Amino acid sequence: MRFAPAITEPTRLPKGSLPSRRQTIKRLLAAAALLTTTALTGIGLDIAPAHAEDEIRIGVIYPLTGAAASTGVELKAAAELAAAIVNKEIPAPPGLVAGIGLPNLKGAKIKLIFGDHQGNPQVGATEAERLITSEKVVALTGAYFSNVTATASQVAERYGVPFLNGESSSASLTQRKFKWFFRTTPHDDLFVGNFFTFLGDMEKKTGDTLRSVALFNENTLWGNETTKLQVKLSEEQKFTIAEKILYPAKTTQMTSEVQRIKAAAPAVIMQSSYLGDAILSMKTYKELGFLPKMLLANDAGFNDSEFLKTMGKDGEFVISREVWALDQAERNPLIKQVNELMQKRSGVNFNGNSARAFTGIAVLADALDRAGSTKPDAIREALQKTDIPASGLIMPWKGVKFDASGQNELGTGIIVQVQGGQYVTVWPFDVATKPVVYPMPAWDGR
Amino acid sequence: MHGGTFGIATPRVPLTPALSPGGEGDMPLVKSLPAHPDRKKGAAMTADILFQVLVSGLLIGLIYALVAVGLTLIFGVMDIVNFAHGEFLMLGMYASFWAFALFAIDPIVALPLTALLLFAVGVIVYQTVIRRILKAPMLSQIFATFGLMILLRGLAQFFWKPDHRLIPHSLVSGNVAFGPVQFGLPQFVAALGAVGVTGALWMFLHRTRLGTALEATAIDREAATLMGIDGQKMFALAWGIGAACAGLAGGLIATFFPIFPEVGSNFILIAFVVVVLGGFGSVTGAFLAGIIVGLIEVLGGFLVGPEYKTAIVLSLLLIVLLVRPRGLLGKA
Repeated sequence: MRFAPAITEPTRLPKGSLPSRRQTIKRLLAAAALLTTTALTGIGLDIAPAHAEDEIRIGVIYPLTGAAASTGVELKAAAELAAAIVNKEIPAPPGLVAGIGLPNLKGAKIKLIFGDHQGNPQVGATEAERLITSEKVVALTGAYFSNVTATASQVAERYGVPFLNGESSSASLTQRKFKWFFRTTPHDDLFVGNFFTFLGDMEKKTGDTLRSVALFNENTLWGNETTKLQVKLSEEQKFTIAEKILYPAKTTQMTSEVQRIKAAAPAVIMQSSYLGDAILSMKTYKELGFLPKMLLANDAGFNDSEFLKTMGKDGEFVISREVWALDQAERNPLIKQVNELMQKRSGVNFNGNSARAFTGIAVLADALDRAGSTKPDAIREALQKTDIPASGLIMPWKGVKFDASGQNELGTGIIVQVQGGQYVTVWPFDVATKPVVYPMPAWDGR
Repeated sequence: MHGGTFGIATPRVPLTPALSPGGEGDMPLVKSLPAHPDRKKGAAMTADILFQVLVSGLLIGLIYALVAVGLTLIFGVMDIVNFAHGEFLMLGMYASFWAFALFAIDPIVALPLTALLLFAVGVIVYQTVIRRILKAPMLSQIFATFGLMILLRGLAQFFWKPDHRLIPHSLVSGNVAFGPVQFGLPQFVAALGAVGVTGALWMFLHRTRLGTALEATAIDREAATLMGIDGQKMFALAWGIGAACAGLAGGLIATFFPIFPEVGSNFILIAFVVVVLGGFGSVTGAFLAGIIVGLIEVLGGFLVGPEYKTAIVLSLLLIVLLVRPRGLLGKA
C-alpha cells in the first residue's frame, strides 16, 4: 500500500492555527537559509591553507553535490586512489604508469584539492578560478560534464594553467584550439566511427555484407549530431543508408518507425535512444517480428543498468559502445590488481568513469615527473611529449599521446554486447573477452 | 585469449527464416523492396504493409481513445480541463506494477482493482482540490490541475524513484500473426480492453439512471439541480470515472509500455488532440477521434516520415480548431 502517501487528504488545520502555520513556514525558511550558508562555509573550510614545499597541488573539479553527486563521489575516490599510488602510500602493481611516483621531483607528494561544480558550468568556472588563484594549484583536472569542462578549462586557458580532462566526451572540447587543454578519453565522434570500423572487421570475419545500415536516432541535439556524423562516415566508407529516421523523443508508439525500417530491411541498425525509447523500440521490434543482423546502440538508454534489468532476455545481443568494461580485468592482470585496490579502499568496482578519472591523474603525474618542475610551461611541455604505452594503463587504449589539439590520439573505445544479462567486450578483437554472437538470434528462438 | 581466437559465435539458436530480415516466409514483399539511399521521402507501400500499418494505428488509437474519454467526460460535465489526467494514467500504471511486483497479480487480473483505486483517487482529488475552485476564474482552475500534475509526478518520483520499470512477464505476451499482419498480444488485449471500457462507459451514460443524471448535469447544471440531481455528487462521479478510465488505460498498457513518473506527458498531448477532434465533452466523439488520431499518426509517420508524426497530429489539431472548432461530435 505504497500509494497511501500520494492520496491521503491533508490534515485540515483549525482556523486559529493559520498565523502559526505562517510562522512555521517562516521558521523553516530561515532554517533552510541557515543550513545553506553553513553548508557553503563548510565547503570553504574544507581546504587546509598549509602550503608545504614538497607538496604539489592539483585542482580536481567534480560534481560532488547535486544530481550527479553519486558519480562525483566515485570519480573522487578514483582520483584519490591514483594520488595515493603516485605518493607511494599504496604499493602499485608493477608496470602501472602511476607507480613510478615522482622521482624527478625528489619524491615530492601530490595533493588533490577538490572543487565541487554541482553540475553547473558557472560554478565550475568559479571553482577553477578559486583553485588557481587562491589554492595555487599547478594543474587542473575534471570535470566529467562536458559543458562544465568547457567553462572550467576556459578559466585555465586564461590563467595559463594546464587542464587535463579525463572523462568528457563532447568532440567540440578539443576543437577550440586551446593551448592548455589536454584530453585523455576518446570523444564521441571516435565512438561513432568505431562502429564503422567494427562493421568492416565483422564483414571480414563472417564474409557477410553489412553495408546497408538504418540510422535510427532521437531528434534532440545528440541524435542530430550523431546522424550527421554517421551520414558523413557512411559516405566516406561506402556504406548504404537504407533508412534514416530522426524520431521524436519520448513517443507513445514506434510502430511507424519500426515499420519503415522493416520495409527498408537493413543488415544493421544504428540507434541512439534514451532509456524509455530504447525499451519501447525493443518492444516494437519484437511486436512486429523484426530484427536486423546487428543492432548497434549508441550508449545512453541501452547502457543503463535499468535497460538490462527490465528487458531481460529481450535485451540480449544488443551491441553497444563503452569506454571500459569490468570484464577487461579477466584479460589484463593490471586492471584486476588496480580494481582490487579500489575495492579495498572504497568498496566499489571501477567503471568507465572512475577508470578514466584514475587514468587522468596518472597521466598528469607522469607529466609532472618528466617536467621535473611545477612551472605551468614545463608541465605543458611535458604533457605534449607524453608517450605512455598501453601496458601502463588500465584502459583498453593503445596508449596516451596527445596531438596538436590536445586530444589523446591513441584512445579507443570498446564495443560490448549483452550476453547472459551483462555487457561483455567483443571488439576490438584483441581485447575481447567473448566472441560476438552474430547474427542476433530470432525473438522466438531464445 | 587473443586475436584470432575471437571471431563469430554461431547463434545459440538457429534463425527462423520467417523472422530474419530479408528472409523468406511471411514478408516476401518486403524483400523485393530496393533499399536505395536516395529514397528519403515516402516509404514503398504494399497491401501487406498498408494493412500492418493500419492495424498498428488502430491498436494505439484505441488506447488514445480510452485516455481521452476520461478527459472529455470531466470537461463535459464541469468545464474543467484536467492537466493531471496523464498522471492518473501514470498512477494506473504504477498500481499495476506494484500489484505485480508485491503481490504477483497480473496487470490484466488487477484491472478491476486499478479501476477502483483510481476511481478513489479521482474522487479524492475532486473533494480536496477541484471542489474548492469550481467558481474560481478559469486561470486558477488551469493552474490548480497543472499544479496537481506536478505534485503527482513529484510524489511518484519521490516514492518510486525516477527509474523506468517494466512488467517482465504478463499473462498476455508474445505475438499474434494473421497472415502477413503481425501484432503483439499485449497491444491487442489493451485495444480490446479499451473498446470494452469505452463501450461500458457509453452504456452507463445512456442506459442507466445514474449515467443519465451525469449526462443531464453535463447538458445543463442548473436544470439538473432543479430536477433533484445532486451536482456535487455528479462532479465527484465524473472525476472518479474519468480517473478510472485513465487508470484502466494505464493498467492495459502497463503490459508493454515502460513505467516511469513522467510517462503521462507522453500521452497527455495526444489526449488533448483527441478531445478537441472528437468535440469537447463527447465520449463517442473521443472514441472515434482516438482511432482517427492513431491511424493518422502511424500511417502519416510511415508515409511522410516518423520525424513528422507529431507535427502531423498537431497540424490536425490546428485544422480542426480552424475549420470545425466544436470537433466531430461536439455540441455547438
